[in-house]
Amino acid sequence: MSDPNLITLTVNGRTYQLPEVPGEMLADLLRYRLKLTGTKVACGEAECGACTVILNGEPVLSCSFPAAKADGADILTIEGLSDLHKTPTADGQLIPLHPLQQSFIEYGAVQCGFCIPGQIMTSYALLERNPDPSEEDIKYALKDTLCRCAGYPSIIGAIKAAAFTLKTGQPLPHPPIDPSNHAGRVVGRIQPRPDAIAKVTGKAIYTDDIQFENMLHARVKRAGVPSGILRKLNIEKARKLPGVVAVLTAKDIPGEKNHGLVIPDWPIMVGIDEQIRTVGDALAIVAAETRQIASKALDLIEVEIEPLPVIDHPVKAIQDDAIRIHKNGNLLKHIKVRKGDVEEGFAQADVVLEHTYHTPMHDHAFMEPECSIARLTPEGRMEIYVGSQIPYSDRNQVARALGVPEEQVRIIGQLIGGGFGGKEDIAGQIHAALLARATGRPVKLLFDRQESLIVHPKRHATQIRVKVGAKKDGTLTAVETELFGDTGAYASLGEKVLTRATTHSSGPYEIPNVKADCYAMYTNNPPAGAFRGFGVMQSAFAIESMMDTLAEVLHMDPVELRKKNALKVGSITNTGQVLRESVGLMECIERVEAEMNRLSGGNPFIPKPVEGAPHRLRAWGFAVGYKNTGLGGGAPDKAGAEVELRRDGTFQVRSSSAELGQGLPTVLQLIAAEELNQNPRQIDVLLMDTDLTPDGGPTTASRQTFVTGNAVRHAARALRQLLTSELAERYDVPPQEIRFIEGLAQVNGKQVSLSHLAEQMLESGRQPLASYTYWAPATRPLGQGGDMHFAFSFAAQAAEVEVNTLTGEVNVLRLIIANDVGTAINPLGLRGQIEGGAIMGIGHALTENFIVEQGRVITDRLARYRMPSITLTPEIIPIVVEHPVTEGPFGAKGVGEIVLIPTIPAITNAIYHAVGVRFDRIPVDQEKILLTLKERSGNY
Amino acid sequence: MNIWQKYVIPHSIEEAIHFLTSAPGPARPIGGGTDLLLEIQQGHHPPVHTLVDVTRIPDLLRLEEVGAHLFIGAAVPVRVITESPLVRYHATAVAEACGLIGGPQVRNTATLGGNVAHALPAADGMISLFAFDTQVEIANDGGRRLQPIHTLFKGPGQSALDLSSEIIVGFYLPLRQSGQSSAFSRVMRPQGVALPILNMAVWMERDDRVIHDIHIAIGPSGPVPFRATRVEHELIGHPPDSISLQRAKEAIHQSIQFRSSAMRAGAAYRHHLSEVLLEEVIGKAWQRAFELEAV
Ligand SMILES: Cc1cc2nc3c(=O)[nH]c(=O)nc-3n(C[C@H](O)[C@H](O)[C@H](O)COP(=O)(O)OP(=O)(O)OC[C@H]3O[C@@H](n4cnc5c(N)ncnc54)[C@H](O)[C@@H]3O)c2cc1C
Ligand code: FES
Ligand code: FES
Repeated sequence: MSDPNLITLTVNGRTYQLPEVPGEMLADLLRYRLKLTGTKVACGEAECGACTVILNGEPVLSCSFPAAKADGADILTIEGLSDLHKTPTADGQLIPLHPLQQSFIEYGAVQCGFCIPGQIMTSYALLERNPDPSEEDIKYALKDTLCRCAGYPSIIGAIKAAAFTLKTGQPLPHPPIDPSNHAGRVVGRIQPRPDAIAKVTGKAIYTDDIQFENMLHARVKRAGVPSGILRKLNIEKARKLPGVVAVLTAKDIPGEKNHGLVIPDWPIMVGIDEQIRTVGDALAIVAAETRQIASKALDLIEVEIEPLPVIDHPVKAIQDDAIRIHKNGNLLKHIKVRKGDVEEGFAQADVVLEHTYHTPMHDHAFMEPECSIARLTPEGRMEIYVGSQIPYSDRNQVARALGVPEEQVRIIGQLIGGGFGGKEDIAGQIHAALLARATGRPVKLLFDRQESLIVHPKRHATQIRVKVGAKKDGTLTAVETELFGDTGAYASLGEKVLTRATTHSSGPYEIPNVKADCYAMYTNNPPAGAFRGFGVMQSAFAIESMMDTLAEVLHMDPVELRKKNALKVGSITNTGQVLRESVGLMECIERVEAEMNRLSGGNPFIPKPVEGAPHRLRAWGFAVGYKNTGLGGGAPDKAGAEVELRRDGTFQVRSSSAELGQGLPTVLQLIAAEELNQNPRQIDVLLMDTDLTPDGGPTTASRQTFVTGNAVRHAARALRQLLTSELAERYDVPPQEIRFIEGLAQVNGKQVSLSHLAEQMLESGRQPLASYTYWAPATRPLGQGGDMHFAFSFAAQAAEVEVNTLTGEVNVLRLIIANDVGTAINPLGLRGQIEGGAIMGIGHALTENFIVEQGRVITDRLARYRMPSITLTPEIIPIVVEHPVTEGPFGAKGVGEIVLIPTIPAITNAIYHAVGVRFDRIPVDQEKILLTLKERSGNY
Repeated sequence: MNIWQKYVIPHSIEEAIHFLTSAPGPARPIGGGTDLLLEIQQGHHPPVHTLVDVTRIPDLLRLEEVGAHLFIGAAVPVRVITESPLVRYHATAVAEACGLIGGPQVRNTATLGGNVAHALPAADGMISLFAFDTQVEIANDGGRRLQPIHTLFKGPGQSALDLSSEIIVGFYLPLRQSGQSSAFSRVMRPQGVALPILNMAVWMERDDRVIHDIHIAIGPSGPVPFRATRVEHELIGHPPDSISLQRAKEAIHQSIQFRSSAMRAGAAYRHHLSEVLLEEVIGKAWQRAFELEAV
């Protein structure tokens, strides 16, 4: 360093000299000082690779690389990559993207996009050293570059394709993905995401990438203890710290003191003499000139908490002498399902089995930590920039806390770097708004990974007792389940999640007698809420483990047992719903079975040693699952959408529905393009802005393709009719003579450009715009019989595992996955959902365990909460089953959640078949496998 | 609240020692920072005023043969160590261990000096060095000295070095002679912290049909790392057949008290794995000693 206080570095070919800032990491310098926000920070603890940049030719983690250490270095970031190389096309053109960027787009490796810059930079470094990497090489190189959307197979395919193009100069080979069997002109065909280019070039803007002038940085003082009464809170020292602009506490909240999606039971901040219910409870909020100052201020806040006993388990919460976590007690809800008479059913059974299963909390571990920016407009309205799954609910909750009408708040939804259910509740939206209101300045509130892990609601931990009765031939006569669900300190969506857990707890089977009871309990653990699978993941693990045990006791093939009882058209579910159509379960089972038999060469459930390594045993496991589409249970389920023809002749589709990476924009684009007979590129999709887009409802329960998809379809159809009648009148031709083709209308053989049409309509004061509110078919509440849900997705899966009997280590080798999705509207997006769901399932089975001890979070870093890395990627064999739903858009139903559900029991069942060790809790513990095997062989 | 106040990049050992000893507040050497920065950030390390970056000191970046020794500079990134033909030949176990640390990005910055100075009882690079008669070169304002590696540890995470005034310059490992070889392996758990449940390194001299000499290091086997001399004793002078391996395994169980750690593994599991790893590393090293010319 020539001048000790200056850092000189070259980034993407440009040289900068910048003053050194103590404590600054390279990622911060790049992002906040050079505004190169393509480099992402997801963990800040050297675990995830999102922040990877190339420094002097080698990949490094910029989040943990001191900026001062980069003095003199030559750095390449995602923004500089496309300057290095372009991608040739088949017709001799050049796409202005590096082949890796283009292949990530074409192979569907881009989902939420947050990890993608890191993936691409790491892959770039790999290809620089090794132009022809094998799958093993790729897994070794990307080992610590995590993707929670987990399109790892697509990432591997994309890297190989780019390597081919770089080596040969030929165009990228096509990805091996088939269109839907019910493909239309565009619907059901391969279509890259509209936002993919921005995501592979680093230009995609997520909330933390936004900086406003004069913006303050906020941090939250958290309770840090799980249970107690807040006795004293002294903020004076913090307030006096230079650079601190505001410190607020509960008494500074002008409106309602609580928030909550269903029940407002979650304090925005805990006030003096009020109860602390979980470690993440907010006590005070700080806004300061820098994040460092805000953090320092937190340490200066003096807190006195009178401790209370900690209730750390739902079974403890239900005891009569347990302290009350909420005024009305600790029972959030007792949920009941009744069909027939189970006692009679068990009496008829030849075999009755009973066992209790446990599942832990899971964290969504979306790659993008929560971030909100609040800003007052000159007119005094509050604008919130945030990646949220339910923008209209945010608006409502922020307005209530501020004590202003909803119209005074605008949620401007940003790209979401993964959600999976974890961005439905309020995170920092209200706190940022309170501070913006108090200071009159824009305020950014960014969670670090630790805060994210402690604060947002988790997947419910459950304890599930299952009792089944069956005839000798396998016919189920009765199933009784009892569930305890840990909803933590606050309700969030707990009641709804656990209702799904309960109604799905006897599996996708037709059973004459069913009794299910679920106790949704408050505890002092972090709250639990929505998470992909929505309670059904937990109950599927229990019932599908039990079904395997039952097959063994009955000496039956586990697949046969499932076939014998599988739901089909005409079946009555345990809530009394008659399934009238679209029940593809049997086809899923049969096709997975056939593929499993083919791959295993018969006897898939018999362990087979690996040749040359007899201590490694392989076997298959099988499981099925189902999952409702849509809110159901009598909740009105609707979505609004608008479609507009713009002056330039392109269309815009608008809905407030959220894109978390699952591919909704493509789905809506394809649906509108199909209806309007346009090229999808002519259709722009605008989402998640409460001023500009109509309410699409929550993005949850795999409902958006169905509900918002239908709204868009109807709106597009209405717009087409509007345009048709406009043309019919103008040109005086019958409407049936009018056709739309790309960018044009054909009127009686004459071509009229759509931009011209738009102009004409606007001039004569008519809006070329149609909106539609779609109401999904009515459903009925639990307990009333009839249709509790308007559609279900079905799935079957088989997993092949290898167990190392010397160490207990488990590896998933292959997964056969069949899903009945109605119609595969967006096959590329569907592939991403399948891969991502399956790998999340592997994570839940093998690596993920959110550990809370006495209410304190042990797994408060990504280094401890392990999500699956690319090294765990098995071969995935997807089978798309399409039993269309009449009411669905082009026959489609939900897909986002179903994939994950059977994966976990398929794996644990496979482990049982391989080594005879049955898991009644997850994640699988390799130590238990080993010790059980040793005990059994008697040499320990 | 800042992780550091001052970050300095000296270009010589003397300059580095000077920075350490003259800093106005607590000072520490920093290699890749893959342990240190996270520990400070997460509040597991007392605050540091000055970080003295040792990765641009030429002496610490050397990786070469020096007389009868292989010298590995303390600041050589572990990726370079893994890929170095010299290390792969002379100290295969060290190359293997370094290749298992973190992912490629971490390996581009992590150093062996940091791995040893951090003093965790199961650090992979450190355990691999233990299997060799590694001499560590240390510098302070009194000059430089050599110390055997086992003298560098005080307790888990506690180095016997005075990190406010001393730095590790590098490691001297004896060059590989005919009949000699080494191997490293570990078992991980897919959940929780990225440290092995158990790792093991072995250095061996093979005398045609028997093990002439052997060094074994196992981590974590106590608050500070040590050589499993009683296990070695059972193997010296014997072929690695099932009888002597069985005796060696029993010696492990008798002489080492593995601990149960809540998030990683129970003692019984560790004892079992020690048998599995022992067979694996001895098997590999035995083969390699034979294939000397081929490597
Ligand atoms: C994601 C991840 C995965 C990891 N996986 C593994 C793993 O599998 N196995 C494993 O063993 N470790 C692992 N680690 C830990 C770490 O990477 C290694 O211990 C690494 O070798 C430390 O080297 P460093 O240069 O980064 O040390 P630093 O963090 O720079 O320093 C560590 C300590 O050593 C001191 N120090 C550094 N250099 C010197 C020197 N030359 N002289 C004196 N003192 C010095 C520092 O003051 C500090 O006290 C992992 C870390 C991360 C982040
Ligand atoms: S953000 Fe740097 S590794 Fe996760
Ligand atoms: S695309 Fe990788 S985390 Fe979403």
